[in-house]
Amino acid sequence: MDVVLLSRLQFAFTVMFHYIFPPLTIGLGIILAYLETRNYLSRDKSFAVACQFWTKIFILNFAIGVASGIVMEFQFGLNWATYSRFVGDVFGSALAAEGIFAFFLESGFLAIVAFGRDRVKRGFYLFSVYMVALGSCFSAIWIIVANSWQQTPAGHHIVEIMREQTLADGTSGLAPWIVDGVVQRRAEIVNFWDLVFNPTTVQRLSHVLLGAAAVGAFFVLSVSAYYILKNRHQQFAKHSFNGALILAFISSLGLGINGHTQAQNTYKYQPAKMAAFEAHFETGRGDLNLIGWPDGEEEKIHFDLSIPGGLSFMMFDDFTFSKTVVGLDRFKKEDRPPIIIPYLSWRAMVGFGGLMIVLCGLGLYYNYKRNIHEKRWLLWSFVFAIGFVMVANQAGWIAAEVGRQPWTVHPPIEWTDDGTDLITGPDGLYNYDENLGLRTSDSISAAVSVEEAKTSLILFTVLYLALAAVWIMVLDRKIRTGPTPLEKHEDTDDHGIRHAAMDRQHARLDKEATKGGSI
Amino acid sequence: MSYELLCVIWFILLNVLLIGYAILDGFDLGVGILHPFVAKTDMERRLVMNSIGPLWDGNEVWLVTFGGALFAMFPNAYASIFSAFYIPFVALLFALIFRAISLEFRSKRASPVWRTFWDILFFTGSTLAALLFGVAVGAVMQGLNISELGDYQGTMVDLLTGFSVSVGLMTVALLAMHGSIYLYMKTEGELQDRLFHWMRTTYFAFLALFVIVTLWSTIFVPASLQHFGDYPILWLVPLLNFLAIANILRAINQKRPFYAFMSSCFAIAALVFLFSAAIYPNLLPAANNPEYSVTIFNGASSPLTQKIGLIIVAIGMPMVLSYTAIIYWTFRGKVQLGENSY
Repeated sequence: MDVVLLSRLQFAFTVMFHYIFPPLTIGLGIILAYLETRNYLSRDKSFAVACQFWTKIFILNFAIGVASGIVMEFQFGLNWATYSRFVGDVFGSALAAEGIFAFFLESGFLAIVAFGRDRVKRGFYLFSVYMVALGSCFSAIWIIVANSWQQTPAGHHIVEIMREQTLADGTSGLAPWIVDGVVQRRAEIVNFWDLVFNPTTVQRLSHVLLGAAAVGAFFVLSVSAYYILKNRHQQFAKHSFNGALILAFISSLGLGINGHTQAQNTYKYQPAKMAAFEAHFETGRGDLNLIGWPDGEEEKIHFDLSIPGGLSFMMFDDFTFSKTVVGLDRFKKEDRPPIIIPYLSWRAMVGFGGLMIVLCGLGLYYNYKRNIHEKRWLLWSFVFAIGFVMVANQAGWIAAEVGRQPWTVHPPIEWTDDGTDLITGPDGLYNYDENLGLRTSDSISAAVSVEEAKTSLILFTVLYLALAAVWIMVLDRKIRTGPTPLEKHEDTDDHGIRHAAMDRQHARLDKEATKGGSI
Repeated sequence: MSYELLCVIWFILLNVLLIGYAILDGFDLGVGILHPFVAKTDMERRLVMNSIGPLWDGNEVWLVTFGGALFAMFPNAYASIFSAFYIPFVALLFALIFRAISLEFRSKRASPVWRTFWDILFFTGSTLAALLFGVAVGAVMQGLNISELGDYQGTMVDLLTGFSVSVGLMTVALLAMHGSIYLYMKTEGELQDRLFHWMRTTYFAFLALFVIVTLWSTIFVPASLQHFGDYPILWLVPLLNFLAIANILRAINQKRPFYAFMSSCFAIAALVFLFSAAIYPNLLPAANNPEYSVTIFNGASSPLTQKIGLIIVAIGMPMVLSYTAIIYWTFRGKVQLGENSY
């Protein structure tokens, strides 16, 4: 294995592990904000119980999100030094903005949410919950801006790097920096807002936030469906279930609608990616493949079952089912993304997304009929659905990022005037302007050896698998214990210890006070 | 604003972020280093951990922001430094992960085996992080062999010189001292009495290593005083640093931990400043060919990015400082265990 593949595997593995947590915290953050608002307004004890329970789970997820997130930021420099030099001027600003605007906000107010309930006024506590929820949404914004920029770069230009050096006439001055005969280039910002609102930012951000809301909602549905089935914490479970079901339905439906327009947008800016999603080899009418196994070598789909013209309809909302869709045959072999992984992950995402809508629809229907508690199969489906929602989230990212290959910074696409086909060379193939993008294989760190990359990949794998095991164990325990009623501390060992701790510290304080010692 | 001026401003701002991180997360790491030694019972261990409980996460964001700012404003330095220290920085990330998860998981079960495991991890993570920060600083001061593009040409073992390891050990001692003073402020009773001795022990350990590193860098690392001839005013910093370090012991002996803590903060800031002054205008000095050095000028982003960054800082920093003030005010006073503690 070479450093490119090892670095890609490591990035994929670490970011996929990390991405278990941000959607959970963003989604749960929204739900917490709602619950705390109800709790603040009604002073109904059941909301206080629910808040306390979900806050604890939120904090647990948040902690691992923070721990695994710092890896992501430093990994650009560790494994992708050439990429970092190329994009730093553009990409770095977004990361720095994320740190200043989002991470400080969420980490600061999280301290109050986690530890400060007894230390601040109720109003300020509610405000802190809002700030944490807002902060986690903000943190999604900047990283999505950066990611969207590498998919559909805008607001920048690619320049030759100028260096002070001895010129041909013997004087010293600025000239392009040439190392081993290669002119060094990089991307520089021209317009910050064009960069932020590049052609895909808004759609991708909406998709990510809706996906996060769905994860949060399905997580709550899973836990509360489990309690309903086990006949425990009934009132708590029903409240949580009903609220989460509405959020889950809205977000799932939103994902479908937003996903459809996003796919059309992807076709416009990254047609090779769309062709890989659909294994659409031949430019022409696009068939929508339902079942099959694509073969990149033979350029066909085995066991093909397709809706004729279905892809033309999806791409252009074309009711004639006949418009031309650019296929992989417009691209040189070395410019094509891999096919199997984007094809399968794209289908996993869309398929599970459809199931999410159906499941929520059924839930709402039986809830309306007031006999959902009799439909145990449906409740069990909700218990396990969170796993599939997570898979759908991950699969969407896999499709988007593997489909971006072989580029880390995607070069622009030139369409003919009527927009029906690409402007191709005499050989009928599209010629990317290599100078305006960056290939994945050219993006890595020259300083990192195969052994080093292997070592770190193995270490991360071991650490993250262990971490995942501990996380699931602790989470499972929390869920099995369930929400604990307020003002009742004797029932669990954990609380007993806490009480003893408090008593001891208080006793010490009293002693100090009577002695007249300073505190 | 001229391009050079922008580069210098950003160099100063990066120093501010680094000093902020070193002071704030410095005491968190110091608390972690001392954790197994100062706390005897489970109760005391929880008090020690909860003394930084609400704060460490926000403190770590200073490092995240420092990393983001380095990436944005000096991408060549970010790329060269991080890829050069590949395995050490992967170890650093592990150390920070250990620290974070041990705080989160330790209280989740009552079993002594479970808790001891996370105690060990908490100590290991904090100590390793402090050590590696120091080693990296020492190695950068000495310079690395890099290619014209700035890619490191050497092995991990080359980074571990006597000097870089000494700086690493000094950092561990410095942060342990910083953390012990912090803990002294946050605790009371028997635990606090014990910490008094730890403040003194770690102080003298730091002092010894500080003398070694100072002599070593003055004599063998020519860069360390390179600008002091041109700008004699710079001598003020080491001078004040000596006074601050002396004042730490004085304040400890007078049992005025807040003064000791302030002096210790100043000493950390002064040491970061001296490091930056030693490498200026380089961010990564090339030991093999000075022309290959990544400097704050040839490694910088475009003026527009630097200006955008300044606007982001102008908007963001007042907010950051206000959250920080709110959090530290909310959790002022002696640490107490409650319903929501670790």
